[in-house]
Amino acid sequence: MSTLAVHDHGVAHHEEGHEHHHDTFLTKYIFSQDHKMIAKQFLITGITMAVIAMLLSILFRIQLAYPDKAFPLLETLLGRFAPEGRLDPEFYLSLVTIHGTIMVFFVLTAGLSGTFSNLLIPLQVGARDMASPFMNMLSYWFFFLACTIMLSSFFVQKGPAGPGWTIYPPLSALPQAMKGSGLGMTLWLISMVLFVASSLMGGINYVSTVLNMRTKGMDLWKMPLTIWAFFLTAILGILSFPVLVAGVVLLIFDRSFGTSFYLSDIVVNGQVMPFEGGSPILFQHLFWFLGHPEVYIVIMPAMGISSEVMSVNSRKPIFGYHAMVYSLIGITVLSFIVWGHHMFVTGMNPFLGGVFMITTLIIAVPSAVKTFNWLATLWRGNIRFTPAMLFAVGMVSFFISGGLTGIFLGNAALDINLHDTYFVVAHFHLVMGSAAIFGMLAGVYHWFPKMFGRMMGEKLGYLHFWLTFIGAYLVFFPMHFMGLDGVPRRYYAFTEFASMQRWLSVNVFITWSAIMAACAQVAFIFNFIHSIFWGKKATQNPWQSNTLEWTTPVERIHGNWPGEIPSVYRWPYDYSKPGAEDDFIPQTVPLSETMSSNVPHDFEDNPAGLEALSKWSNAQQANQEVK
Amino acid sequence: MNTFEKITSVKNTKKLLAFLAVFMLSGTNLLMAQTQTADAAAKPGVNWLGVGYYVLLFVVAATVIAIIGRILKVYDLSQQIRGKKGMNWNNILGVMCLIFLVVGMYGAYWDITEQGSMSLPEAASKHGVRIDAMFLTTTIITMIVFVITQILLFTFLFRYRHSDKRRAYFLPHNNTIEKVWTIIPAIVLTILVIFGFFTWQDVENSAEVKGQPTLNIDITGHQFAWEIRYPGADGKLGKKDFRLTAGANKLGIDFKDKNSIDDVQADTLVLPVNKVVRLNIFAQDVIHSVYMPHFRVQQNAVPGLPTFFKFTPTITTEEMRRKVDDPKFEYLLYCNKICGSSHYNMQKVVRVVTEDEYNQWVAHLKPYLTPALRTELKLASADQNKSITENRLALNN
Repeated sequence: MSTLAVHDHGVAHHEEGHEHHHDTFLTKYIFSQDHKMIAKQFLITGITMAVIAMLLSILFRIQLAYPDKAFPLLETLLGRFAPEGRLDPEFYLSLVTIHGTIMVFFVLTAGLSGTFSNLLIPLQVGARDMASPFMNMLSYWFFFLACTIMLSSFFVQKGPAGPGWTIYPPLSALPQAMKGSGLGMTLWLISMVLFVASSLMGGINYVSTVLNMRTKGMDLWKMPLTIWAFFLTAILGILSFPVLVAGVVLLIFDRSFGTSFYLSDIVVNGQVMPFEGGSPILFQHLFWFLGHPEVYIVIMPAMGISSEVMSVNSRKPIFGYHAMVYSLIGITVLSFIVWGHHMFVTGMNPFLGGVFMITTLIIAVPSAVKTFNWLATLWRGNIRFTPAMLFAVGMVSFFISGGLTGIFLGNAALDINLHDTYFVVAHFHLVMGSAAIFGMLAGVYHWFPKMFGRMMGEKLGYLHFWLTFIGAYLVFFPMHFMGLDGVPRRYYAFTEFASMQRWLSVNVFITWSAIMAACAQVAFIFNFIHSIFWGKKATQNPWQSNTLEWTTPVERIHGNWPGEIPSVYRWPYDYSKPGAEDDFIPQTVPLSETMSSNVPHDFEDNPAGLEALSKWSNAQQANQEVK
Repeated sequence: MNTFEKITSVKNTKKLLAFLAVFMLSGTNLLMAQTQTADAAAKPGVNWLGVGYYVLLFVVAATVIAIIGRILKVYDLSQQIRGKKGMNWNNILGVMCLIFLVVGMYGAYWDITEQGSMSLPEAASKHGVRIDAMFLTTTIITMIVFVITQILLFTFLFRYRHSDKRRAYFLPHNNTIEKVWTIIPAIVLTILVIFGFFTWQDVENSAEVKGQPTLNIDITGHQFAWEIRYPGADGKLGKKDFRLTAGANKLGIDFKDKNSIDDVQADTLVLPVNKVVRLNIFAQDVIHSVYMPHFRVQQNAVPGLPTFFKFTPTITTEEMRRKVDDPKFEYLLYCNKICGSSHYNMQKVVRVVTEDEYNQWVAHLKPYLTPALRTELKLASADQNKSITENRLALNN
């Protein structure tokens, strides 16, 4: 099996290796080192966590819609967390915290990057497996452990962590300050350290695979945008996640060993604490130095997937491939110098606020370029509405709607009044929540045949798309206006303020929209599980796509290709090329076989090829004149 | 005509859905009535009937969807048997995209007019007016982009939906247009950045303006209330030290500083109109946030890091009541950074009054240094000094 990782072309002895290699259940499904199986493990764990986090959100949405009603069922389900059938205020905060943590880290980071980087990087760059399959396996199991520990915090006496997913100290550092800062917080921190370890192992693997294991002819500018996105995402993760660990470790010290990194001048319940000289702002800097790149870690794979899916289903090359790559690189670089926009009103030096505002609004430029390029990709396309295509388009719609409100929030002066209100909730749920999950779902529908060898049901996919798409807008669009009225986030109830009570009817509406959207996910789960076992058998290249993964057999063998790894001769977006027979030309087709469709642009760095092309076209002309 | 049949079938589906919605809504009302009656009982048990109703509702909905799916499939097959093409989902979905665009745009318009009008009244502070102007500019620009891009997105989907007769237009790139749509957003954003940067600098500018004396007020957040301290007759606030927090001295005021002696406490934040106010913001236990949306003021209260916000209120409470046509209107200050179980109810009334009213009000405030505290401190002052120096020594070691 070790030979699988060796990157040697032209030697056709690979397949013999598998014949007498027997997988037990344990090595095939549990401790698998095959990147495709690990991708499936990440996907199924990610979906499970997403369902759990979604149910948590329904629980707190019910509280927000009916703050005065008792639901005895909740007491039956949650016990001490919902005495008398009403959510405990501290448990409400725990729900919000765990919902955010699971969605951001476990679903949209591990579930998205973990699934599709693992699945697609080896398949699309032409490698037999990841650079280090064993580390890849460890990456999944650390992730699984992190999930387990995070969920186990629901079973401790005081409940899970509660100071918000950003866990700002001193709230998260003082167990006296709230129940959610007790053992639940400790478990949160342990889980997060394991998660970061998992993320780093994954990221290092992705980067080294992309850099070292591309097949013959696959130079960087012939990589699909998915690979570019996963590659840059992995770099972001490697550079920023360690900073979170640093912050978390110092927080563990403050909590357990009496240090004062983040704590100073504290009096809790009239009791003077001995902490001196620390700074809570320090934690915020460390947290957001990861936290901001994190939102791009979440959205960039979704961008890459959507670009690929939209190009395939518009039957058109992605518009401005180079601009798409450069804007991804721009976002990657800029994302490291914008974290301060989360801290405009935290007491950070106002001058710094001004600087961060400038860098933040600059990052809108590459984002705008991407959006326009997507629109140009659709223009004069021949659009097939597969479920994946719909979700990719939905991602673009959310990215526009949510991205534009970022221009308000990135502006320090406007942020004064909008900070920590529902406007922020609406903004990030659209731009990174809904957009990223739609990118992920687009990927699931599109590459399901590659994962399970069967197709997902289309009609249920349509139903799932429309209900979710409309539901997400109904949930998050009205929240903007609550924010503009100064309604803060993370409030347990809006009953104590006359000015907020009038939003109650809107909250009821939002809650029912959310429940509707949640029910729509049943269509997906049913479709997903049903299709794994009973779906229509997939063909080798069901979407008539150009990329390498569709040259592998439907059976999904270990090592990916039965014979030699195919060589690559062209970029992945030759769709509807004039002069070509089909409306797609796979990357494995040499230019010499497609003389009628070649254009001078194909030979930019290849003078010999250009000469051959002009010779060929001269000959064609001569032929025609003879006729 | 084929398409006509399709549309009618879509309509049927819609009828079914509408029927379902009515069914669900009436059921919800029924259930609400039930929970209300259940509330009346001393210890409400689980309303299994209601739970069952919702489960049943979901099962019914799922069944209806499954039946519709079957019908569509049978219809599709029968069409194919008759030698027709069957349902063209690319057309159906293209039309749905267009419908979504129209309904969605109307919905957004409705939301903006209906709920947009529920947002905050005009800014009641000097800098707030500038922030609002910038908000308006940003809204107009982003709204234009929003409408144009969403229209393009969904009309392209409809216009270029799949057809076997057509081939997509091969257009890998066009450098001119790419340059255009890089530079235009860059210019627009530059304008917004410059506009925003100078507004921000002005808002945060803390320099003392000549001839405009600043009223200093301390506000301290703790779980779950705000403490307000006004300077006494001397106009100066005394020093504080968290280590002095004990018993009646709940803010840790250092009474050895003679500026502290006449400091007074208040329940309401009363501000004189058109006077520069500097809120000095502290927190005792965890991070809180002083949020006064009507004045466009927000600043976190951080333990160990004193912060402040300087602003000038311009509209009195009385005037604002007339403007919003609500005799009970009050300006509010509330916490806007998660701080624990009662985070959702940590408010103070803010009242902006004329200068005369302010002077009258401030004269009646009670000093922090109550007789009880005075005796407590007199007795303890010597001990306390000693203990502090001991603490310091211990720390230095």
